[in-house]
Amino acid sequence: MFTYYLQLALRSLGRNKALTALMVLAVALGIGASMTTLIVFHVLSGDPLPGRSAQLYYPQVDPRDNGGLMPGKDPPGQVTLIDGRNLLHARHADRQALMTGGSVPVQPDMAAIDPFYVDARYTSADFFPMFAVPFRYGHGWTAADDGAKARQVVIGHELNNRLFGGRDSVGRQLRLAGTSFRIVGVLDDWRPAPHFYDLNMGAYDSAEQVFLPLETALALRLDHDGSTDCWGNGSGGVGTGLPSNSCVWLQFWVQLNDSASASAYRDFLARYSQQQRTLGRFQRAPNVRLPSLMQWLDYNHVVPDDVRLQTGLAFGFLLVCLVNTVGLMLAKFMRRAGELGVRRALGASRRAVFEQLLIESGVIGLVGGIGGLLLALLGLWIVRQRAASYAGLAQLDPQMLLATFLLAIGATLVAGLLPAWRACQVTPALQLKSN
Amino acid sequence: MDIKPILAALRHHKGGTALIALQIALTLAIVCNALFIIQQRLDRVGRPSGVQESDLFVIQNDWAQKLAPAEADARMRADLQTLRQLGSVQDASASNSFPLHGAGWDNFVRMSPDQVKMTTDSAIFFADEHTLATLGTRLAAGRNFRADEIGSQTGNDPLHARQVIISDGLARTLFPHGSALGKTIYTSNDQSPSTVIGITGTLQSHLTELWAQPYAYNAVLVPARLTGDSTFYLVRARPGQLVDAMRQAQDALYAQSRMRIIPADGGVMTFAQARQRAYDADYGMAILMGIISAVLLVITAAGIVGLTSFWVGQRRKQIGVRRALGARQRDILGYFLTENLLITLGGLLLGVVLAVALNLWLVIRLGSQPMSPLYLAGGVLLLLLLGQGAVLAPALKASRVPPVEATRSV
Repeated sequence: MFTYYLQLALRSLGRNKALTALMVLAVALGIGASMTTLIVFHVLSGDPLPGRSAQLYYPQVDPRDNGGLMPGKDPPGQVTLIDGRNLLHARHADRQALMTGGSVPVQPDMAAIDPFYVDARYTSADFFPMFAVPFRYGHGWTAADDGAKARQVVIGHELNNRLFGGRDSVGRQLRLAGTSFRIVGVLDDWRPAPHFYDLNMGAYDSAEQVFLPLETALALRLDHDGSTDCWGNGSGGVGTGLPSNSCVWLQFWVQLNDSASASAYRDFLARYSQQQRTLGRFQRAPNVRLPSLMQWLDYNHVVPDDVRLQTGLAFGFLLVCLVNTVGLMLAKFMRRAGELGVRRALGASRRAVFEQLLIESGVIGLVGGIGGLLLALLGLWIVRQRAASYAGLAQLDPQMLLATFLLAIGATLVAGLLPAWRACQVTPALQLKSN
Repeated sequence: MDIKPILAALRHHKGGTALIALQIALTLAIVCNALFIIQQRLDRVGRPSGVQESDLFVIQNDWAQKLAPAEADARMRADLQTLRQLGSVQDASASNSFPLHGAGWDNFVRMSPDQVKMTTDSAIFFADEHTLATLGTRLAAGRNFRADEIGSQTGNDPLHARQVIISDGLARTLFPHGSALGKTIYTSNDQSPSTVIGITGTLQSHLTELWAQPYAYNAVLVPARLTGDSTFYLVRARPGQLVDAMRQAQDALYAQSRMRIIPADGGVMTFAQARQRAYDADYGMAILMGIISAVLLVITAAGIVGLTSFWVGQRRKQIGVRRALGARQRDILGYFLTENLLITLGGLLLGVVLAVALNLWLVIRLGSQPMSPLYLAGGVLLLLLLGQGAVLAPALKASRVPPVEATRSV
């Protein structure tokens, strides 16, 4: 029966080609536009570390003076060097890492390659295990290396390809900003999106290519990039010296394996703030936050407003396309009331007529869905050509491919329901009589 | 024309009528807001930078090694000397950033040393006596910096310029009544005042984000070279020699010293490219909104044509009867035009509500601006014309149904 209905559907669709083309095109355009924007939105609002993000937290304390104090206002989004070091050395969490961004000149040994700048991350040993950073060769450094200000470096595999042709470079020396470092590890492909651990560096930038112990970078006075917020007579800026202790410019992340340790850590932050206030460093009453990774991304509105807007409008567009298709299908089915009346009079059940019409709308959904998928691929290609930092992330994964397809078929079947239902309500006698 | 019979007939097509009205309503809501967004983006893209953009280009220069501040300053002076001596170059200057660059240094500006909250936010551009000529920005009042006033500092030194030149946007924000010339302002955290010695014409800051819209024309020119690991050289080519100047400038800098890195990608960039980069997202948004609106209008028009054609086909017999009873062709035409007008008006009524609601959502959720009612009026007119235009062909076809149709069965 299915194949017969399919034949009927194809014949009916072929009878009015312009109209069929219009319905298919409307579905395809609606699906194409909404899926393109939805995939971009999905990628940008995704979890950068699936499976681990629930255990990662971003502690915030409020070291500012009382100038401009507004009760209930959130603490700064970064920490000062002194607080960062205190919290790091307190080791109250299961893992913790203090970090900031920078850029360093790479001076290759080979004369063939001119020196160039790469983005760097100055951090502490737990960074790699805490964020489950994959290594291709070697491993990270240890907490002892942090303390010893070791001249050790972990490099990304892009840099490894550029300098060493992709071979295992662990143990080799690399000159950065005039200092020689020993390579201890080479990362595998790693691009968490968003660039969650430091949103100031462009929320969707690719991961850095050079990772150095923070204390080493500070001792060598390597310059840091990113946001520096100062108060009072603090001074930060972009120079070679360190920002003063009334500037926040580092990010501090902790791993807390269960909710009990998370609430214990929150208490610890409050105690720490109180203690610093007693010591006279903090002026404000303890004002602490401990957002989890996803809460932190949400708080910072990492998904660009333009992307939200585009997604919303694209779904409005899809809705119009579907309403259009429903209207046309309704008209089409109702026009065949006579034909359907004859079928009903000859003994076809309502259900059979309903099935027949639903198959016809399903065909439109299927063809429109395939068209929409192709349009979505084209749309993503266009997005990738744009200059936005997230452009390269606009890729279709199998999960979203399936979602596109289900959306297309589901949407047109739902759109076909109303016309098919209306048409099978036709009273056979009335139709036969009126003709 | 009597609309009662039309309404009676529409009652037989409740589903189709409601759907086409809904489609018109949604189209109106989306198209109005999309056009409004396009207009806003084009306004942003079209604002003047205050810079004479043709023949201007920017070189990003990173030092390949750590330099002491004095050494970096000496090299910057030597580089500027070299650039200014090139035949194809008219003038050159060094700065930490430039209009439309996106990244840079912005400070809160205050009117008195004990003020806690800022008066406004402003870009800080490090400048010398050549900066205004290089940018092609005019000095509206006061005087330019003198060569002997130009100092040098690192990013970590507190910013304290005794004399500054400010943009006229900043001057008007700080001193809405009366001239800013000769007045003192506070441009950093420290308590030393800066005297305004000059006011430029229009000059845009480096900030291009939407949040920075109120500060887009605030700039303070500080008479110093900022020494650090990197600097921008702004270079004005002699008229028509932009391409030559860009090549010669890079070669000359490398000839001067190899210990520098000019990034291969975007290290030497015309101002036109910098502008393109700054507004890329806005162009993208405007184009996308344009495509969505156009496609929506086409689909809605096609939907109206399709649906009306069906109705005409279904009612051939009735039309024949009306014609046989004396209705003229134009009565039939008028019937379908009026029918469409009624449906469209119904849809537009709902559409206006939806359009305002959508705009409200954009205002609340995305900090957009409220839409001017003109866009609503324009959208309503557009869709009325679209509806009447779309229905014209099927209605004409209906009017040509011969009276003899009444006598035929099926």
